[in-house]
Amino acid sequence: MRLVDLITQVLEIAVALAAAPLFLGWINQCRAWLQNRSAPSVWLPYRNIRKLFEKQAVLAENASPLFRVAPYVVFGTMVVAAGIIPSMGTGLPLVVSADAIVLVGLFAAARMFLALAAMDVGTAFGTLGARREMMVGFLAEPALLMVIFVASLISATTALPAITEHLATQALGLYPSLAFTAVAFTLVLLAENARIPVDNPATHLELTMIHEATLLEYSARHLALMEWASALKLFNYACLGFALFVPWGVAETRTGPGGLLMSVPALAVKLVAAGAGLALIETVSAKLRVMRAPEFLATAFLFAVLGLLVHVLLGA
Amino acid sequence: LLLSSPLATCLAVLAGWLVIGFAALLRPGSVRFAGRTLFPLGALMGVLLAAVAGVNLISGGLERLVLPIGLPDLPFHLRLDALSSLFLVLLGASSAGISFFAAGYFRRGEGTAPGLLCLQYHLFLASMGFVLLADDAYSFMLSWEVMALSSYFLVTTQHRIAEIRSAGFLYLLIAHVGALSILLCFGVLQGGSWQFTFDAMRAAHLQPGWATAAFLLATFGFGAKAGLVPLHVWLPEAHPAAPSPVSALMSGVMLKTAVYGVLRVTFDLLAHPLWWWGLVPLALGLFTAFYGLVFAAVQTDMKRLLAYSSIENIGLVFTAIGLSIVFAGVGMPAPAALALAAALYHCLNHAFMKSLLFLGTGSVLHATGERNLGRLGGLIHRMPWVAWLSLVGVLAIAGVPPLNGFVSEWLLLQSFLFGDQIPHSFVNMLVPMGAALVALCAALAGYVMVKFFGVIFLGQPREASLARAHDCGALERIGLTWLALGCVLLGLFPGQVAAQLALVTESLLGTAWPQGGTWWLFAPLSDRQVSYGPLVLLAAVAAVVVAVVLFTRVVRRQRVRRGPAWDCGFGGLDARMQDTAEGFGQPIRNIFQSFFQIERELPTPLDREPRYRVKVSDRIWGALYQPLGAAVRRSADVIARVQQGRIAVYLLYSFVTLLVLLALVL
Repeated sequence: MRLVDLITQVLEIAVALAAAPLFLGWINQCRAWLQNRSAPSVWLPYRNIRKLFEKQAVLAENASPLFRVAPYVVFGTMVVAAGIIPSMGTGLPLVVSADAIVLVGLFAAARMFLALAAMDVGTAFGTLGARREMMVGFLAEPALLMVIFVASLISATTALPAITEHLATQALGLYPSLAFTAVAFTLVLLAENARIPVDNPATHLELTMIHEATLLEYSARHLALMEWASALKLFNYACLGFALFVPWGVAETRTGPGGLLMSVPALAVKLVAAGAGLALIETVSAKLRVMRAPEFLATAFLFAVLGLLVHVLLGA
Repeated sequence: LLLSSPLATCLAVLAGWLVIGFAALLRPGSVRFAGRTLFPLGALMGVLLAAVAGVNLISGGLERLVLPIGLPDLPFHLRLDALSSLFLVLLGASSAGISFFAAGYFRRGEGTAPGLLCLQYHLFLASMGFVLLADDAYSFMLSWEVMALSSYFLVTTQHRIAEIRSAGFLYLLIAHVGALSILLCFGVLQGGSWQFTFDAMRAAHLQPGWATAAFLLATFGFGAKAGLVPLHVWLPEAHPAAPSPVSALMSGVMLKTAVYGVLRVTFDLLAHPLWWWGLVPLALGLFTAFYGLVFAAVQTDMKRLLAYSSIENIGLVFTAIGLSIVFAGVGMPAPAALALAAALYHCLNHAFMKSLLFLGTGSVLHATGERNLGRLGGLIHRMPWVAWLSLVGVLAIAGVPPLNGFVSEWLLLQSFLFGDQIPHSFVNMLVPMGAALVALCAALAGYVMVKFFGVIFLGQPREASLARAHDCGALERIGLTWLALGCVLLGLFPGQVAAQLALVTESLLGTAWPQGGTWWLFAPLSDRQVSYGPLVLLAAVAAVVVAVVLFTRVVRRQRVRRGPAWDCGFGGLDARMQDTAEGFGQPIRNIFQSFFQIERELPTPLDREPRYRVKVSDRIWGALYQPLGAAVRRSADVIARVQQGRIAVYLLYSFVTLLVLLALVL
C-alpha cells in the first residue's frame, strides 16, 4: 500500500462527508433559481445537521433497539460506500474488499435497515414509507446492477477502479451501450434518492411521500445521521455516475500525487454541472403518482437491459 | 478403527441416529426422554458427522465399502467422495442446530407421540445420509424412499387435521412421481449392462440421445423433490403443515439432496454433459426463482412465505447449475467452476439461513399460536432472542453483505459476467439477460424479508394476546444461535469455504480452480482483479459506527427521552393502522398481477357490515393440476366400468383372454 493511496482514501471519505450536504444545498439553490424563488443558502444543510446534533433525541415509547441502531448502520454503510467509489483517485486501499456488486449490496443493506427502522414504531406512515421505499428499491436495484453489469462486461472486471481506468483510457471511445445505461442510471439516481418525479424531498404530504415517511419518527442526532446519510447517498450516486460515464480527471494509480491535486477541481466541476442538471430535471418534470413509479423504474430497467443487448450485439 | 476410516465413522453416525430413533420407542410417551436426552444426542452426532465429513473433504479422501445387507446379490455399495462429503457436512452441521432446537420444541399433545416422532425424525436424518453415501441405484432408491416416507409421516404429525392430511398426500404424490422418474433415469443410465452400481453407470458410454433422456429424467425427478416450477406446489402446502423443526429439515436439508442428485447424475454418472442441457435448468431455475419470490411477497402465512422463498432459493441453485453445465460444455472450465461453486455455496447458505428462519417461526408459533402474519407484530420486545437471531437470517437471505447469502449471489453474478463469451450466438445474449433476472430476484428477496421480519417482529402487536408471548427456551436458543453463527461464519470467511468447494468442483469438472487472495480477502478470479473482503468491509463500517457513537456520546453527552409516537395531532393511533401483510404485499400484487389468480370481494358503500376479502392463488393449480387430476379421474371412471363386481363377468374376462391367447399361439 503506497502512502499516496492511503491519502487518497482518507481524502475521498473526508471530501464525501464534507461535500455531500453542500451538493444537496447546491441542488436546492439551483432549483430555487430555476423556479424563480429566492434561494436558501447553500450552507443550510450543514446548519440543519448541526442543529439536529445539538437537540435532545426523543424516541417513541415502543421503539426497539433496532430503531436506535439503524441510523448508525445506514450512515456507516454510506460512508464506506463513499470510500469505494473512485471519485478522485483509483488507488483506493479499501476497494480490494468491495467491488461494484458489493456497492449495490451496501446500498441494499442501508435500504433494508431504513425500512425495518421505519416499521419499528408501528405507525401508519412508517409502514407505508417502508413499503414504498422497498418497492422503489427492489425495482431500482436490478436496474443499477444492470448498469454496472454493462460497464463490467466492457472492462471485463467488476472492480470499480479498474472499470474507471479502463473507460478513461479509451480515447474518447463512445460506447453506444453506455449511452443507454447512462439514461437508465439517471432514472435510478432520481428514484433512489427520493427526487422528483418519483418522490418529492420537500413534501410532507402523506399521500405522496416515500423517503420522508420512513424518517418521521426520528429526531435529533438520529435524524441528523439519517439526513447526512441520504445526502451521502446522493453524493455517492453522483460519483458512481462520474466513475462510469465521465471518468476523466480521476487520478490514476500511475499518475501519483499530482493527479490527485488535479482531480479536486475536476470533481468540483462535475458536481456543479450534475447538481444543475438534477435541478433542471426536477424543475421540468412533475411528480408521478406512487402507482406510476414502477413504470418509471421499469423504463430504467429496460434501458439498462437494452444497453446490455447493444453491448453484446455490437461488442461495444 | 473408526477414526481411521471416515466412511465407517459416517456409517456409525447414521447407525447412531437409527439407534436413537428406536431407543425412543422404549418410552414413546415421554417428552422428557426424547427431548432432553435423545434429540441433543442426535445433535451431537450431527456435529460429529459434519466434522468427519469435513476432514475427509479437506484431505481429499475417497473411500468405498460394500455392505452385505439387503436382498441377496444386491449389497449396499457405499462411497464417500468430495461431493458426498460436502453434502454430509451440510446435513450434519445444519441438522445439529435443528436437533438442538427440536429438543426444546416438541411438546405433548401435538398429534404423533413424542417417541414415534423421534423415531421418524432420526430415520429421516439417517436416510438422507444414506442417500448421500449410496453408490448403486438400488440403495439410492431405497434410502430415497425411506426419506420420502419418513418425511411424509413427519409432515402429517398433526394428522387429525384434514388439511394437513391432504397436504401430506400431495407431498407423497409428487415425491413418488419424482421417484419414478429417477428410477427411469437409472434404467437409462445402466446403458444395457444391467448393472446398477454407479461404477457401471460411469463406465457405460451412452448415445447422446439416451444421455439427454437420462439428464431430462433426472432434472424432472430431482426437480420434483427440489420444487422446480411447475412441480413446486407441494412446498407451500407441506411446509406450513409440518412442525417447524421438520419444515427446517425439509427445506434446509432435504431439498439439497435433490440438488445433490442432479449434480451426481449430471457431472459424475454422465461425466460429459452437453452444453445445451444447461439451458434447461438455467431457464427453469430463473423462472422458479422469480415465481417463488413473487408469490412469497403476497403470502399472509409466515411459513408459506418461507416455503415460497425456498422455491426461490432452489431456483437460484438450479440457475447456477445450468450455467455451470453450459460453461463446462463449451469448454470454459474456470467460469464453470465458478458457477458450480455458486450453486454449492448457495446450498450451504440456504441450509443455515432457511433452517434458522423456519425455527424462528416455530418459536413464534409456540409463543403465540399464530401463523397468520395479520395477527402478529411487535414481538421483538417480547422475544428478543428469536427476533435478533432471525434478523441475522433475514439479512442473510436478502443478500446483505457481509452475511453469507451475499457471497453466493456475488459468485453467481460474477459467473454470469462470462456469459457473453459463450461461442453460440443468441445464447451469449440471453445468458447475460438471465443476470438481470437474478438481480431482480436479489432485490425482491429484500422486499420479502423486510415484510417477513417487519410484520412479525416490529411495530405494535396486532392482537392483545401477543402481550403474553414468551421468548424461546435454552435448548432452542442453542439451536438458533448455532445456525445464525453458521450464517455469519459462512459470510465472513468466503475464501476458506470456497477453497473447500474448489475441491468438489475439481472432482466434478476435472479442472482445478485457481484462487488468489489471502485469509481475509476472497479473490476467486485472480486474473480479473476482482476480490471481496467481508471482514474489512465489516471493520470499516464498524469503525465508522464507533466513531459516530463516540462523537455523539463523548462530545455531546445527551440522554434520549421517550415520548409517544407522532400521531399527526389527531390521537388514537393504534395497531390496526399499521400495514397488514396483505398491504405490504400490495405493490407486488399490482405490478405482477398476471402471475396470480386473484379473487376479490369488494364491499359496496351500502353494506352494513362491509367485508373486504382477497384471495391470491397459484395459476398453475388451475392450468395444470386440476385438468390433470380431472383427466386421471375420467380415465379411472372408464377403467372402473370394467370392474362390475359380478363373478360371472370376471369369468367371462378370463375366458376371452384365454381365447385371445389361444388365437395368438395357434
